[in-house]
Amino acid sequence: MFEAFLSKFVYVLTSSINNGMPVLFGATGEILTEKSGHLNLGIPGVMAVGGISGVIAAFFYGQVPEMNPFLTIIIPMLACLIGSLVMGLIYCFLTVTLRANQNVTGLALTTFGIGIGNFFGASIIKITHVDIPSVRIDATSKLFKSTLPFASKLGWFGEIFLSYRFLVYLGLIIAFIASFILFKTRIGLHLRAVGENPATADAAGINVNKYKYFATCIGSMIAGLGGFFYCIDKNGWSNDTIEPLGWIAIALVIFAIWKPHMAVVGAILFGLLLNLYDLIPALGLNIKFPQGYDKLFKMIPYIVTIIVLIITSARKKREYQPPSHLGLSYFREDR
Amino acid sequence: MTGEKTKKIRDPLFHIIKRGSIVWWKSALIRVSAVLIALIVVAIITLLITGQNPFEMYKAMVDGAIGNELRIWNLLQDTALLLVVGLALTLSFKMRFWNIGGQGQIIMGAVAATACMKFLPGKVPDFALYLIMIASALIAGGLWALIPGIFKAFLNTNETLFTLMMNYIALNFAAFLTFRWSKNSGNNVIGIINRKSHAGWFPEIGGSGFVGRNFLLNILIVFVIMLIVFVYLKYSKHGYEISVVGESEKTARYIGINVKKVIIRTVVISGAICGLAGLILVSGVHHTLTTDIEGGRGFTAIIVSWMAHFNPLYMALTSFLIVFLEKGAIQVASSPALNLDDNFANIVTGIIILFIIGCEFFINYKIVFRKRKGGVS
Repeated sequence: MFEAFLSKFVYVLTSSINNGMPVLFGATGEILTEKSGHLNLGIPGVMAVGGISGVIAAFFYGQVPEMNPFLTIIIPMLACLIGSLVMGLIYCFLTVTLRANQNVTGLALTTFGIGIGNFFGASIIKITHVDIPSVRIDATSKLFKSTLPFASKLGWFGEIFLSYRFLVYLGLIIAFIASFILFKTRIGLHLRAVGENPATADAAGINVNKYKYFATCIGSMIAGLGGFFYCIDKNGWSNDTIEPLGWIAIALVIFAIWKPHMAVVGAILFGLLLNLYDLIPALGLNIKFPQGYDKLFKMIPYIVTIIVLIITSARKKREYQPPSHLGLSYFREDR
Repeated sequence: MTGEKTKKIRDPLFHIIKRGSIVWWKSALIRVSAVLIALIVVAIITLLITGQNPFEMYKAMVDGAIGNELRIWNLLQDTALLLVVGLALTLSFKMRFWNIGGQGQIIMGAVAATACMKFLPGKVPDFALYLIMIASALIAGGLWALIPGIFKAFLNTNETLFTLMMNYIALNFAAFLTFRWSKNSGNNVIGIINRKSHAGWFPEIGGSGFVGRNFLLNILIVFVIMLIVFVYLKYSKHGYEISVVGESEKTARYIGINVKKVIIRTVVISGAICGLAGLILVSGVHHTLTTDIEGGRGFTAIIVSWMAHFNPLYMALTSFLIVFLEKGAIQVASSPALNLDDNFANIVTGIIILFIIGCEFFINYKIVFRKRKGGVS
């Protein structure tokens, strides 16, 4: 009885962690960005570009007859980081240097990024005249999906803690490091000051624009990894599936009240909610829904986010509030 | 003398000052050159990706947008459809309420209209059907905006994220309904509703020889809405209240405006017009419900509205510009020579929009370069 329950629990937990990971990458990146006072609504686009850059690189390296495992891992990841960095730089240049409206810039970046992802996902073969029916990166994703060989021999402990691919650990480590830097170091203190009150930070001798650039660009690169993680999961690009994840990542920032370590918990929950319909049998519930009800289940993460949004706004605790200069651009001579 | 001092401590190469105002032709010049530079960048990118002659591409773009009479009507209709959403959102934006939920509000309006079209014909007379459809689309869209509006008014809940989440709830609801209402259960296609009786379809204007017969009414409806929104914002008391609340809630409260009431009222009107856009999409254009019926207009309209500085009349221009580019780019992408994916259009419009966003800086700020001799600029 207990054994059966345990195995179900382990299955649900591990699959939730895997499903929530793209969202965690996105949310960690967005938290860093928002802490510098910039609401980057371009995260879905950044994740799409990060994903497609990685996929394209993996696809091309996959044509090489002798694949070096190390390069198979490194090349797509570098491509992903560069792709999402470029998106971050575009956003920064427009909103920090040119002080454009952040909402509008972010949405335009999302349209642009999703366009790039869908376009290259569909036509990379046509453009390059490679004689292959579809963009699949099975070999690369198999390598990325490999886990520690001895994890399954360690029972439930191994299943829960050691059975993941390395990108999962990377996501968790990045989230905790981000938390540490934000809340325990001087750099983090400065960054939070920039997001709360850039004029004061400027007066204290902090280079406001430098912090904004670094936070946003590093945030974008982390978010881009989330898009790549998702593509690895799906063995390639699939149209219009990353955008909803990007929005959930932005929602998760609120759920986590701007704390990356809280985002880890939230990401596991969202991973559960995102795939709740598929997990019903695994949860041991013997409920049969009529056809089409899976679509209603897909609403749940968004409804939960709205509820969290309402609760945090109702509890007017100071530490639950967004950075107070979020969404506003800073012009030194405006004072 | 100061001359010696400036040698030691040099001014920065340039500094930025805010412009108080700008002559209209200067701002127009800046915008036009931004679009031109963007077009050059697009040309370079196209050249890199496809190796095609960019001039040929722009020729194909213009041809794709206005190549024949049907395309011109299509262009005008799509401009109108984007414009109506932009007008709806502008009402909230003027109040600094970032309604990003246009997508959801349009979808709910479309769902309501589809439900009426599907279930009411035969049970109510024709004119009543139209009235019920209009009312239900307005209510559905308005309701979808009312929910975030109430929470914004009473708890100051972040409306950007709230309306964003409402989009996906509406989208999945529409996906659920297209599944349940589809003819061969499970293929997610409802198909044209009332193909024979045309019940609930907008009537055609003009004879069968007139190419624009299916388009003209949609365009006229939006034109009327544009005038109404313009007058409402500029000359009505409500419009005044909206702009005061947008400028400063404290001022609004001080001069005795009921801020909560204004927020909720404006947001509901905004959502209701989006619902109306959904109705036009169902009754006037597609005559069916699909999950992508909204076509990204909820997001694009935000940019359209912002680019027009929230002015309803300029918005007709900015919508036209974006739709023109999109139509042209789709045509280019699908031309047999290139045979590229439709999403190429998104890239093209994305680049151009990013340039237009960037150029606003040069309208709002002036860059002053360091002068040789320390004079005051």
